[in-house]
Amino acid sequence: MKTSLRILLLASVILAVLCPPAQAQKKLKNTEVASALKGYFTLADNGVVSPDSEGFIRRWMLLDPISKPNSTNQVFTIKYTRDAILQEYFPGQFTMMPKDGDRVRVVMEYQPPVDVSTSYSTYDPNDAGKMIKANLYWHALDSDHFFVKLFRFAAGLDRDRYGAIFWSVTVINCDEDIEDVRLSVGANCGGMWWLNGEEVLLLAGDRHMGVDSFVSKHVTLKKGKNVLRGATINGIGMSEFCARFVDDNGQPVTNFTVSCN
Amino acid sequence: MKRIISIIVGMSTLLLAMDSAFAQAGQPFIHDPSTIVKCDGKYYTFGTGSGGLISEDGWTWHSGGVRPGGGAAPDAIKLGDRYLVGYNTFGGGLGGGHANAIMVMWNKTLDPNSPDFEYSEAFSVAESLPDEDCDAIDLGLMLDPSTGRLFCTYGTYFGYIRQVELDPVTGRRLPGNEAIDVARNCEASTMMYHDGWYYLLGTHGSCCDGLNSSYNIVVGRSRNPNGPFMDNVGRSMLQGGGKPVITAEPRLMGPGHFGRYIEEEGVEKMSFHWEADLDRSGRSVLGIRPLLWKDGWPVAGKAFVPGTYEIQSIRSGYALQIDVEFIRVQGGMRRRGEDNQPDVPIEGQQLADVIGTWPEGVIGVKNDFFLARPQQKWQVIPVPEAGGYLGGPYYKIIIEGTNKALAANADAELEAVPEFTGAPEQLWRIDQLTDGTFRIMPKEVPGHTEPLALVSLGDNSPTLAPFNFHSDNSKWDFIMISPLK
Repeated sequence: MKTSLRILLLASVILAVLCPPAQAQKKLKNTEVASALKGYFTLADNGVVSPDSEGFIRRWMLLDPISKPNSTNQVFTIKYTRDAILQEYFPGQFTMMPKDGDRVRVVMEYQPPVDVSTSYSTYDPNDAGKMIKANLYWHALDSDHFFVKLFRFAAGLDRDRYGAIFWSVTVINCDEDIEDVRLSVGANCGGMWWLNGEEVLLLAGDRHMGVDSFVSKHVTLKKGKNVLRGATINGIGMSEFCARFVDDNGQPVTNFTVSCN
Repeated sequence: MKRIISIIVGMSTLLLAMDSAFAQAGQPFIHDPSTIVKCDGKYYTFGTGSGGLISEDGWTWHSGGVRPGGGAAPDAIKLGDRYLVGYNTFGGGLGGGHANAIMVMWNKTLDPNSPDFEYSEAFSVAESLPDEDCDAIDLGLMLDPSTGRLFCTYGTYFGYIRQVELDPVTGRRLPGNEAIDVARNCEASTMMYHDGWYYLLGTHGSCCDGLNSSYNIVVGRSRNPNGPFMDNVGRSMLQGGGKPVITAEPRLMGPGHFGRYIEEEGVEKMSFHWEADLDRSGRSVLGIRPLLWKDGWPVAGKAFVPGTYEIQSIRSGYALQIDVEFIRVQGGMRRRGEDNQPDVPIEGQQLADVIGTWPEGVIGVKNDFFLARPQQKWQVIPVPEAGGYLGGPYYKIIIEGTNKALAANADAELEAVPEFTGAPEQLWRIDQLTDGTFRIMPKEVPGHTEPLALVSLGDNSPTLAPFNFHSDNSKWDFIMISPLK
C-alpha cells in the first residue's frame, strides 16, 4: 500500500512537472454568455434560420479563442497562416460537428490578460513558448450583425482577445443541389475555410474586413447538410469575419437555411 | 578627363532631375501628414510627433513646423482668419486598451516666427473609451462649403470610423452632437465635398512597416454628409468598401492620410505620405499629386514623367510647334499593285533633315497638324535649381535635340529662344487639371504680374492669357513620344 502510494505521489509530481498548468476557465451558463455578448450575439436555438437579406450567414458555432500571441499583424504570410491554423489543437478539429457547450481541451501559448488602461500590450516576449492547458467551449450563437465580431466574442467571455485563432462551424441546409456558387469571406485578418471538408479559401496578409474580399472558386452546395468551417487568426487589433455565398454576378445566394447541427 | 567629369555631372543632374519629378524636394520626411494649409505665402503640414514641414514654394520642404501636444496623425484647416489644428493623444491601441482623445487648438498663424504665433489651449472634441469599438485617433476636418458645417471624422482599424460635428467658430463639439458610425476598419479618414456629393476618404492596408506597408487610399460617397458612403461596386464603407484613389507605385509604397488642397477651380492637389520612398532610403515622405475627378470620383493624377512629348491643344487637337517651314518627306501614298511587297519600317523625318532650314534666332510658336515632325517634339525636363510650385518642379520645354526653349516674351506671346538660359520666362509650371488635361504656365512673363497660361485663342494660334478652366482654349495634353533617356 505504501509503495503504491509512493508511486502515485511520484507519478503526480512527474505529471505536474511535465504538463503545463491549466488555465482556470469555468463553463459559463447560457444566461451569462448571453449577457456577456449582448449587442453582438444572441444565443442560437436548435432550429434553422435563413441567411440575412444580403446572404450573410449569422448562425455559427464558435469556439473560445485559442491563444496564439503575436505582437504584430505583419507575420501572416501564407506559410505562417497555414501552419498556425493547420496545427492540431484538439481532436476532430477539422471534422467534428460540435454541440453548444461541448468542451475541448487544448494546449496553447500563454499570454497575460489585456490591460485596457494602457494602449500597449502587456505581452512579455520572455513568455514566448510558455504553454498552458485550457478548457475551451463551443457556443451556438446568432450574430446581431452581418459580421461576426470575434474580438467581442473573446472579450465578452474574458478570453484572449488579441493574438488568437477563432474556430467557427455552421451547417448550410439545402433542399436541392446549388451548383456554381462561391464562398465569399471578408476577415480581419488571416484565415482558412473549408466546405464539406475541402479547403476552399486561404486568407493571408494583414487586411481589413471587407464584404467579398475573398471569393472561392465554384463550389456546390449539395442537397441536405453542408458543413462550413472556418478559422480566423489575428494579432493585435480587431478580429471579425463575414461570410456568404454569391453567384457569378456577385449577387448573394439565399435559398438555403443555416443551423448549428 | 574634363569630358568624363562633365558626362558624370550631366548624368547626375539628369538623375536628380528625374528623381525630383517623383517625390518632393528637400527633406520631405513625414508620417501621417495633415492636410496642407497655406499661411502667409508658405505651405505647412504637420505629422506624427510634434513637428511639421514648411515649404516656401510647395515643392521643396524642410522641417520647422511647430505643433505642441505630441501624439499622432494631426490635421489642420483654415477657418476664417484662424487655423484649427487637431491631433490625437496616443498612437492607437497596440494590444492594450483604446482610450484616446481627439484634441484641437487654434492659432492665428502657422508661422512659428510670427509674433502672432501662439496656440490656444488644446481641448477635446471626441474620445474613445478603453474598450469600445472605436479608437479616437487619425482625425480629418472638413468645412462643408455648401452649408458651413464643420465635420470631424476619426478612427482606425479598431472598429468604426466616426463622425462628429464641430462649431466652426469655437471648434468645440456642437451641444448634443452624437458620434455617427460612417465606416469601419480603415484609418486616416477625412471628408470632402464636390459637386453635390460628400466623399469619405480612408486608408486601407497596413502602415508603419516601411517597404512592406500596404497602405492605399480609398473613397466612398454619399449625397448626405452623414452617409452612408458607398463605393463603386455598391458596398458601404460600413461594410469595408472603398473605391481606390491611389495605390503603391514601383518606387513608392503605401500612400496614406489623404488631404485635399484646392488651388483654384479645376486645379486641385492631394497630399498624403508614401510609407516608403525607395529612392530615399525607404523613408516615409510627403507625397503631392494632382487630384482628378472622373465620373464623379476622385482619383490621383500621375507624376509627370520627363520625356519627349507632343503638346496637343485640347481645343483643336493641333500640336504646339515652332513656326518653321514645313518640309515634305519623300515618298507618298503606297501604290496599288505593291501589296505583295514585304512591310518595312520607314524612318520618319529626322532633326538633321530639317534643322538646316530653321532660323538661328528667335522663332515663333504656333499650333498645327501633328505629323511627328522635329519641330513638334518637345522635351520636357525638370530644372531642379529653379524651385517649383505645389507638387511639382519647374520645367524647361525644348525642341528635342536642340536647346531651343519655349519662352514667354514681354508682349505676353510665345516664342522659342535659341538657347535655354534658365530665365524665369523659360521655366514652365505644369499642372494636371481635375479633368485630366493640363495647364501650362510660365514662371514669369516679363513686365506682367498677372498669372498667364498657354492658351489657344485660335486653332493655330497659341498665346498667353488668363487661365479659364471652363474653356478648352486653356487646356493641353502631353502625349509621350519617348521617356527621357
